[in-house]
Amino acid sequence: MRRSVADKARKLLLVKTATSSSSSVSQHPSLPLSLSSSSWPQSAIRFLTSLNSPSPSSSSDSMTSSLTLETINPKVLKCEYAVRGEIVTLAQQLQEELKVNPGSHPFDEILYCNIGNPQSLGQQAITFFREVLALCDHPAILDKSETQGIFSADAIERAWQILDQIPGRATGAYSHSQGIKGLRDTIAAGIEARDGFPADPNDIFLTDGASPAVHMMMQLLIRSENDGILCPIPQYPLYSASIALHGGTLVPYYLDEATGWGLEISELKKQLEAAKSKGITVRALVVINPGNPTGQVLAEGNQREIVKFCKEESLVLLADEVYQENIYVPDKQFHSFKKISRTMGYGDNDISLVSFQSVSKGYYGECGKRGGYMEVTGFSPEIREQIYKVASVNLCSNISGQILASLVMSPPKVGDESYESYSAEKDGILSSLARRAMTLEDALNSLEGVTCNRAEGAMYLFPRIHLPLKAIKTAEAEKTAPDAFYCRRLLNATGIVVVPGSGFGQVPGTWHFRCTILPQEDKIPAVVSRLTDFHKGFMDEFRN
Amino acid sequence: MSAKALDYDSLNENVKKVQYAVRGELYLRASELQKEGKKIIFTNVGNPHALGQRPLTFPRQVVALCQAPFLLDDPNAGLIFPADAIARAKHYLSLTSGGLGAYSDSRGLPGIRKEVAEFIERRDGYPSDPELIFLTDGASKGVMQILNTVIRGPQDGILVPVPQYPLYSAAISLFGGSLVPYYLEETANWGLDVHNLRESVAQARSKGIIVRAMVIINPGNPTGQCLSVANLKEILRFCYQENLVLLGDEVYQQNIYQDERPFISSRKVLLDMGPPISKELQLVSFHTVSKGYWGECGQRGGYFEMTNIPPQSVDEIYKVASISLSPNVPGQIFLGLMVNPPKPGDISYEQFVRESKGILESLRKRARIMTDGFNSCRNVVCNFTEGAMYSFPQIRLPPKAIEAAKRAGKVPDVFYCLKLLEATGISTVPGSGFGQKDGVFHLRTTILPAEEDMPAIMASFKKFNDEFMEQYEDYRGYSRM
Repeated sequence: MRRSVADKARKLLLVKTATSSSSSVSQHPSLPLSLSSSSWPQSAIRFLTSLNSPSPSSSSDSMTSSLTLETINPKVLKCEYAVRGEIVTLAQQLQEELKVNPGSHPFDEILYCNIGNPQSLGQQAITFFREVLALCDHPAILDKSETQGIFSADAIERAWQILDQIPGRATGAYSHSQGIKGLRDTIAAGIEARDGFPADPNDIFLTDGASPAVHMMMQLLIRSENDGILCPIPQYPLYSASIALHGGTLVPYYLDEATGWGLEISELKKQLEAAKSKGITVRALVVINPGNPTGQVLAEGNQREIVKFCKEESLVLLADEVYQENIYVPDKQFHSFKKISRTMGYGDNDISLVSFQSVSKGYYGECGKRGGYMEVTGFSPEIREQIYKVASVNLCSNISGQILASLVMSPPKVGDESYESYSAEKDGILSSLARRAMTLEDALNSLEGVTCNRAEGAMYLFPRIHLPLKAIKTAEAEKTAPDAFYCRRLLNATGIVVVPGSGFGQVPGTWHFRCTILPQEDKIPAVVSRLTDFHKGFMDEFRN
Repeated sequence: MSAKALDYDSLNENVKKVQYAVRGELYLRASELQKEGKKIIFTNVGNPHALGQRPLTFPRQVVALCQAPFLLDDPNAGLIFPADAIARAKHYLSLTSGGLGAYSDSRGLPGIRKEVAEFIERRDGYPSDPELIFLTDGASKGVMQILNTVIRGPQDGILVPVPQYPLYSAAISLFGGSLVPYYLEETANWGLDVHNLRESVAQARSKGIIVRAMVIINPGNPTGQCLSVANLKEILRFCYQENLVLLGDEVYQQNIYQDERPFISSRKVLLDMGPPISKELQLVSFHTVSKGYWGECGQRGGYFEMTNIPPQSVDEIYKVASISLSPNVPGQIFLGLMVNPPKPGDISYEQFVRESKGILESLRKRARIMTDGFNSCRNVVCNFTEGAMYSFPQIRLPPKAIEAAKRAGKVPDVFYCLKLLEATGISTVPGSGFGQKDGVFHLRTTILPAEEDMPAIMASFKKFNDEFMEQYEDYRGYSRM
């Protein structure tokens, strides 16, 4: 059979064989293998054309193999992501040592306060969401009577609703590359209920967490190092890393620590002008609200100014709103930038706005699910098409994450069977987070040489440490940043993992660290006392 | 309307260049027709569950239990979940730090990477290091991660088979590299000729391209061929001589429909070859839960394994992975289950075997029905689908059809596929989306429609094709086959 088909094909191809003639090439130049020069690519190409080595023997040198530090994409080398950087590697090492050899360190567990990963620190998932996800993962049990005994009725009903929105009820199929249409309808309705302004399901792109959505926008925006993205300093290092990876330029604007990490329009203007004078085309402005790592919640008036600034300067507003449910102070409220701009009368023609949301944060904290979306408004249909195309290369985001993204935007309502347990769980988590934020903030502020703005929202505190000169000198002697020095000492003494401020950016000469508020409440007193004791000891050792 | 902050003119050029036909014009038209109420048979994407393939029961039970861990303590859970699923759910939860809702290590859960390494060792007969296995949100993300690491600029070339799965061309465009094509020989059953490879490399070099890596897809997508050991050895030797990283797309390794050439991994062949090549050649192999008899596309689970990649480069790849925090945890658990399915003696073993065998045997039959069906059509010729999930028949388009296509402003195979779609509801992907030699036209269909629907689909295709050929063929200067 195979032969006859091949013969048939051969006849068909006869005409074309000339173009694809496989006449053997007797001489094939071998690649120059050592591209260790940093001035790639010019040198490499020169090398290539000037050399025609017949022997491949040089490949036995491992330094010349194809995927080495010398030959990988330099943009990859350039990006940094401190949230999972050096300190975390050390922490993992200590954890191993504790496992193998309990008692080998002055603490018996590692407390990961480096990353907003609530469930890894014991936060419980919202039961209703998990019921629905379990049922969608295993729909075969939906019509079994026993199922009613162990799942709540509204979870079963919701699972049916969701399955009916999925073509063929196939949760194992690739979906539309923007995400399942029915789920996008639900999310759009959720946004509308939140903002009081209409949302279009076609504006929503579901993604594997918010991070890939941010990457996608950077990919669209950045053409070369002459394209700049305005980013807050301190910032969440996803932004600096993504900009580096896509070969653009980060244009910093500093948040004002003295005014509770305030965002001044004059600072934006100043930095924009400075970038322009260097020949940078600034394409977009990143705003993280509530702030990461800084925890501030923007005031409505401030948001209006930002929107106006973006409109005037023709910047895409990239609004990282993943902490929208994490607000801990009664005098602040979350307002989406979409709502603000619509309130100002700005429509699609006035401002290009991307709002990022995630299932990883909020009271749900479902980081491992990698669910999220971006709502994209104020772009031309052509650009929308391009976003869709890029999304389609990766086929679709994971379905479980998609379902969860729809659930967090449409949780149980008053009157639903699960409503009470749902609200109890939600309120329990949020009020506990508020208490933890307060306790930690007070503890930090009571330390010598430490000042800490309040965490109005998000999941972090970002205290400033006024390090004694002697500590700075010692750090310099050890060739580490002073704040990294402090954080490493803290880890080695207490097992508490925090991220040095230098990983987020800070005003030169100031030192900070980021600490999540996520350890379970019963562990907070221990965190406070360990931190306090360490800090006292540190200051005693290094005080001027 | 004022100038937009981001308009088409100011868009990253690399993004504009990306083409991804699997979800391109044909797919969009099919979606429109579906909205209008027409019955569409989607054979454009290897998406088995969308065409009615049922998920394997055991993995779904385990993942459902991991989603709802409170069930594990519920005495009534035993009424609907078998004990081995409950035990397995506990096992996987014990490998996480905080269940499905916590970020894992950016490379994936260490416990699952260990299970993957054990699977690879059983498969290849050589130990595998979990530290060199990274779990990803589907294989596509892994491919993109590696290409992003390799490609520095337009001077860097990646050897890609033509026809190819357009993920590769799209990702290379997106990262601003150069695709260096090598043609598979349709007349030799889509065989890979090393002479062609050398020629492609020489040509690229004459244009100043530095060829960095080579992609092989085995079993082939869209071409369905399975590479022989001898052929794999040649390829490995070639990559070694030319100092290329070999990217082995092996996502269809479970999908084999003949017995002469079972799947053999590039890694096994490499290690069989012994030093120095086995200690030096750089290889990255990809696998996924989306294909095989699993077909769990929506879960986005996959992994890549690195061989002979230096530790500093592995660290850099790890760093980039860490920016996206972690692959989705349910997808990781599916992957764990795939590499570590129920064993003889387990309660769920028999059902699992029955289900998976049923799917594979049916796919094998469908591959045959489809190939035979295409080969019975006028001006159509098709190599047998030895593996993977696709049929890639060549359609010999008469000159009049090509002219008609030109008048309609369409590429000839797009023209043909659109007509096919309108007439029959069969949604395929034109060969031009995968690359083909000039003047030769193909289409790709999956072999995934339900077995019982297959005869009707092929009959409907034949009827369309006959009418199409009748309309456009003038019989002059053509030898009938």
